[in-house]
Amino acid sequence: MSEASLPRIALIGNPNSGKTALFNLLTGSRQKVANYAGVTVERKEGRMLGEGGRNYAVLDLPGAYSLTPASLEEAVARDVCRGFYPGEPAPDLLVCVVDATNLRLHLRFVLELKSLGRPMLVALNQMDAARRRGIGIDVAALSRELGLPVVETVAVHGDGAKELIRKVDAMFAAGDIDAQQVLPVQGDLHAEARRLIEASVRMPRRTARIDDALDRWLLHPVFGLLVLAAVMFLMFQAVYAWATPMMDAIEAGTAWLGHAVEQAMPDGPLRSLLVNGIIAGLGGVVVFLPQILILFFFILILEESGYLPRAAFLLDRTMSAAGLSGRSFIPLLSSFACAVPGIMATRSIQDPRDRLATILVAPLMTCSARLPVYALLIAAFIPQRKIWGGLELQGLVLFALYMAGIASALVVSWVMKRWRRDGGEHPLLLELPSYRLPHWRDLMIGLYERAMIFLKRVGGIILAMTVLLWFLLSFPAAPADATMPAIDYSFAGRIGHAMTAIFAPLGFNWQICIALIPAMAAREVVVSSLATVYALSAANDDAASQALMPLIQHDWSLATALSLLVWFIYAPQCLSTLATIKRETGSWKQTAFATVYLFALAYGASFITYQVAKALGAG
Amino acid sequence: MRLMDLPKNAPAVVVAVHALGEADAIARRLAEIGFVPGEPVEVRAAGPVGREPLMVQVGYTRFALRRSEAARVEVTPVMEVTVAVVDVEARAA
Repeated sequence: MSEASLPRIALIGNPNSGKTALFNLLTGSRQKVANYAGVTVERKEGRMLGEGGRNYAVLDLPGAYSLTPASLEEAVARDVCRGFYPGEPAPDLLVCVVDATNLRLHLRFVLELKSLGRPMLVALNQMDAARRRGIGIDVAALSRELGLPVVETVAVHGDGAKELIRKVDAMFAAGDIDAQQVLPVQGDLHAEARRLIEASVRMPRRTARIDDALDRWLLHPVFGLLVLAAVMFLMFQAVYAWATPMMDAIEAGTAWLGHAVEQAMPDGPLRSLLVNGIIAGLGGVVVFLPQILILFFFILILEESGYLPRAAFLLDRTMSAAGLSGRSFIPLLSSFACAVPGIMATRSIQDPRDRLATILVAPLMTCSARLPVYALLIAAFIPQRKIWGGLELQGLVLFALYMAGIASALVVSWVMKRWRRDGGEHPLLLELPSYRLPHWRDLMIGLYERAMIFLKRVGGIILAMTVLLWFLLSFPAAPADATMPAIDYSFAGRIGHAMTAIFAPLGFNWQICIALIPAMAAREVVVSSLATVYALSAANDDAASQALMPLIQHDWSLATALSLLVWFIYAPQCLSTLATIKRETGSWKQTAFATVYLFALAYGASFITYQVAKALGAG
Repeated sequence: MRLMDLPKNAPAVVVAVHALGEADAIARRLAEIGFVPGEPVEVRAAGPVGREPLMVQVGYTRFALRRSEAARVEVTPVMEVTVAVVDVEARAA
């Protein structure tokens, strides 16, 4: 049966109702993730197999508290339910997912949804948690009073949705679906929700003891912050400890493959394209995967367990002073490893303005690719001595570079908040759900989705850019009687020479300008590119760095070196980051804005650094 | 009394949500998520800096609210229940 003619089911419910876990259970790996037409709201659709062999198309709508939308997600959920969203056929059946432990809130939304007059079914989810807490629900009474079919589900059990699937089959088979009369609720929805609970629910206490106990410690002003610091420390230790060997292996594998192709093919432009364009480009895409997967493994655990909103709670006041929100913290912290997974992690920020501000300042966090550049320049130009009673000057400079990035991010987000004044108050209104143990199925599906989004959407751009860079670096080829390195004769070399006119006020010579072009692929490439421009042959980056040091010490002034260090704090020197910004904002305008503002900051800061240093006699 | 002035762990009920201006989306959302007259509320925790945000239990659900959001909610403390809770905790201890 073709996709379009399948019966269509939409899952709708409050955030934290366990809707997505239920969706994962119903559809398993038969899912497609894309965006709704024209917006950056995630659209998840999957196939569900009924017991009689009938297939259904299941849509996992974004979570919503009400049909009066307060966010883009909620507006999409409402419009799809009503059949108003362009290109989305109206669903044949709404499955309204409610958390059995949170009925007071969730039943109100069910009652509101009845006003749509569409066929509906209520899935009473997380019944296992409800039973553990001694909550008794008379399902028959609830169904009768609600005037809707109600089934129990347990999204974390393999067969926890059996009853739901059976009911859906029955509704479609018997033609109940067209016969079902759903009438709007008369009167106050809250009063009606209370009446339903009184008629069908027995609840020993309003909250779970375990939640109360955990929150007492985890939200404690001192102990809570200590736990948060420990969690973050462990998370980033793991990202570095586990990702580095995998990234080294991927880089070695790419180099081996490139070498093998080089051996097997005759010299020529095709071999060069394969080795330096395509293989290097693919390697440059895949090398991000370990960090992305490990980081998201932790973020998904934090999110699914309910801890992530608690972390946002602890940090919200501090972050909002700078025009960000508590939820910005983890994406920004992730950006110290790499801005690409950091920007992808901003999906957990609901408020669009906060999310955009976080994306735009994420590249200012000092990512790990800057470290080799900083290391080379600091080792070459900053004397190794102790100042102020025992502080290493070199270490101090490195620390200052990190701090400059953080301080600039705070200033930039603060300025953006002032400048993009939209008059509106951006509320926090953040639900702190019950703690729960994450389920491996939800973690695996979540990880798979992140990896696919990165490979498909960002990978393509990175690969295309790498091939373009290869072209600029390889053509035209050096003449037979060349006296200079080949890069000098290429388009990149010519662009570099032309750039010198613009970058001379920053103290950059033509060698630096040329090296900046291939460094667009990744910042650390600037070290090996400088080696190439200075016609050094070096086996690897460490050797290049060692060989370069005496040369640049001789060739560059201290002012130039400082200026270049400052340049790397700000400059949009990373195509992968820009590709990710494009993918996550869905807007060329925002991507261009990020590029231009980072470039302007880099140029301005380097200009001041160079001119001041020169005036002080370091030129 | 406004919700932001309610002492920690003191049981109260919602009296009203006061909108700021004509179309106050935040006030409307507060009502939708359960801040309606008669609903039991309690402040359970406060953020480490400037006692912001507040963790508020309303109905069966916990929300983090900034002080400006909590200021829209008028509440009245429930005295008898306070005594009962203290009593139960004293016995448990």
